[in-house]
Amino acid sequence: MSGYNFAYLDESTKRMIRRAILKAVAIPGHQVPFGSREMPLPYGWGTGGIQVTAAVLGPADVLKVIDQGSDDTTNAVSIRAFFRRTAGVATTESTEAATIIQTRHRIPERPLREDQILVYQVPIPEPLGRLEPRIAETRRMHAMADYGLMHVKLYEDIARHGHIATSYSYPVMVNSRYLMSPSPIPAFDNPKMDQMPALQLFGAGREKRIYAVPPYTSVKSLDFDDHPFRPIRAPHACELCGSRDTYLDEVLTDDVGGRIFVCSDTDFCSERQAVKEAAE
Amino acid sequence: MNERSSKTPHPIPPPQAGEGGAHLPPPLLAGEGRGGGLAAQTPLLTARDLTLRFGRIAALDSVDIDIHPGEVVAIVGESGSGKTTLLRVLSGLMRPDAGEVSYLGQDVLGMTEAARRRLMRTEWGFVHQNPRDGLRMAVSAGGNIGERLMATGARHYGNIRDQAAHWLTRVEIDPTRMDEVPAKFSGGMQQRLQIARTLVTLPKLVFMDEPTGGLDVSVQARLLDLIRALVADLGLAVLIVTHDIAAARLLAHRMLVMRHGVVVESGLTDRVLDDPQHPYTQLLVSSVLA
Repeated sequence: MSGYNFAYLDESTKRMIRRAILKAVAIPGHQVPFGSREMPLPYGWGTGGIQVTAAVLGPADVLKVIDQGSDDTTNAVSIRAFFRRTAGVATTESTEAATIIQTRHRIPERPLREDQILVYQVPIPEPLGRLEPRIAETRRMHAMADYGLMHVKLYEDIARHGHIATSYSYPVMVNSRYLMSPSPIPAFDNPKMDQMPALQLFGAGREKRIYAVPPYTSVKSLDFDDHPFRPIRAPHACELCGSRDTYLDEVLTDDVGGRIFVCSDTDFCSERQAVKEAAE
Repeated sequence: MNERSSKTPHPIPPPQAGEGGAHLPPPLLAGEGRGGGLAAQTPLLTARDLTLRFGRIAALDSVDIDIHPGEVVAIVGESGSGKTTLLRVLSGLMRPDAGEVSYLGQDVLGMTEAARRRLMRTEWGFVHQNPRDGLRMAVSAGGNIGERLMATGARHYGNIRDQAAHWLTRVEIDPTRMDEVPAKFSGGMQQRLQIARTLVTLPKLVFMDEPTGGLDVSVQARLLDLIRALVADLGLAVLIVTHDIAAARLLAHRMLVMRHGVVVESGLTDRVLDDPQHPYTQLLVSSVLA
C-alpha cells in the first residue's frame, strides 16, 4: 500500500518497540514501558498487540490472528486485513503454517514451535492492580518480589467459593521471579505457557507496557499446596469435532434453552473435522 | 518509693508473668539497674541523636532511645510533640536529618528498602491508630491475618486458616466470623483484628501508634488488657505512642515524655508518673482525671 511504511509504523517507532521487546525478553515477566502510538483502531481492540506484531513482522512472515480462539471474528479479520494491506505479508488461518500469531484471549490448542512467535493483546498488564490501586506501590512490590497480596486474593477465592474461582487472567510466576498477568486467557491455557518453545510477547497499548516470556521459560500458576491449580474447562465434548480435551465455547442455538459446546480454537476444530470426514 | 515500685526488684523475666494479667508484669529494670541473665541482653533497637526539622519546627531534637527485648516503652506527650514522628523514624518510614537507628546491630536507615520491608513483615509489626490504615477492608478477617503468613511464604490454605482461627480466638473475636470483612466489625474488633494480623508472624518488636485512640472507654480498657496479656505471653518488645497517661501506666515498663521534639523526662513508668521531675511532666500527670 503506497503512502505507508512497511507494517504501518515508521522505522524509528519500530526500533523503539524492539528495544522494549529486547529488554522484556531479557527480564522475563517484567513490564517494560514503551511509547505506545495512536493506532487506527480503538484502545481495547488490540493496539498493543498490533504494535508488537508490526515491530517483529518481516516480509517473509506468515501471520495468523485469532480472537477468542476464532479466526473469523471481526477483530481477527480486520487485523489480518490491516497487515495484508500495510505489509503485504501472507496471512493464514492455520496454526501450523503461521510464523507469527497475534491472539486475543487464547493460546492455540496445537503446540507451538521454536520458529513461531505468539503475540498477546493485553488489556490490563498489572496483575496486582485490582488489589493495590497505587501504581508506584505495585512497581515497588514487583521490585521487592513482595507478592503475598496475590495469595491473599486466592485465599479469599477459596474462603468464599470453596475453590480458586479465578477462571481467566489467572496470575503466574515467571522464571520464579516476576508475577505476571497472562492476559485474559482462560486458566485452562496457563499450563501451555510453561516451557513453551515459542517466544511469547505481550503488548498493552493503552497501558503502554510490553512484557515477554522467552522460549523454554518456567511459568507457574500460583496456588496453595492443599488447593493446587487446576485448569477449568466445560465438562463436555465438542459438538463438531468430538474433542474432550480442548477449551470449549458455549453457543446458544435458539431461544428455548438449546445450546451446544464447540471448540473455541476454530482452526484446531476444523482440522479435526476434516480428518474425521476423510476417515469416513 | 511507692508500693508498686517496691515490688519490682524480683528478678522474674516478663514472659512468665501471670496469665490474663490481673497484675502488671514486673517491669524490666532499665539501664544501670540490670543484673545478669536475660536482662543483660543487648537492646533490640537503639537510636542516637535523632534530629528532624519540618521547616522551622523541630519535630525531633537529638532524641536517644533504647528498647530492650520484652520491654514495653511508652512515648507520651501532647499533640505535635513529635511522638508519631519518632515512631515513624524508628520504624524506617521516615528519614531523620541526622542521627542513627540500629536494630540488632543493623543500621535501619542505611538498609535497603527490600531489607526494611522484610523486617517489617517478619520481626517488626506496626499497629496503626486507625485500623483502616492497617487492615485491608475489602479482605476477610482470615485473609487479613493470613497476609503476613503468605507474604513470608506460607502456601498451605488449611494451615493458614488454622492460624487465623487461633489468632482470632486469642484476640477474643469469634472464629466463626473469620470470613466476614472487617467493615462489618465494630471499631474495637477492628483494632483487635489489626493486632492479630500484626502478631501472627510472632514479631520481636511492635510499634503501636495510639492503639486505643478513637475507642470508647470500656472498649479501651478491654483492648489494653488484651495487649498487656499478649505482650507478657509472647515476650514482645513494644514501642507505644500515646497521649493517654492511664494507658501508658497500665502497659509500659518505661516511659519517655516528649515536648517540642525533645525528650524532657524518661525513666520507669511508676517513677515518672508518681514523682515527675520536669514541670511539663508534672503538668501532664496532674491533668489526668481521677
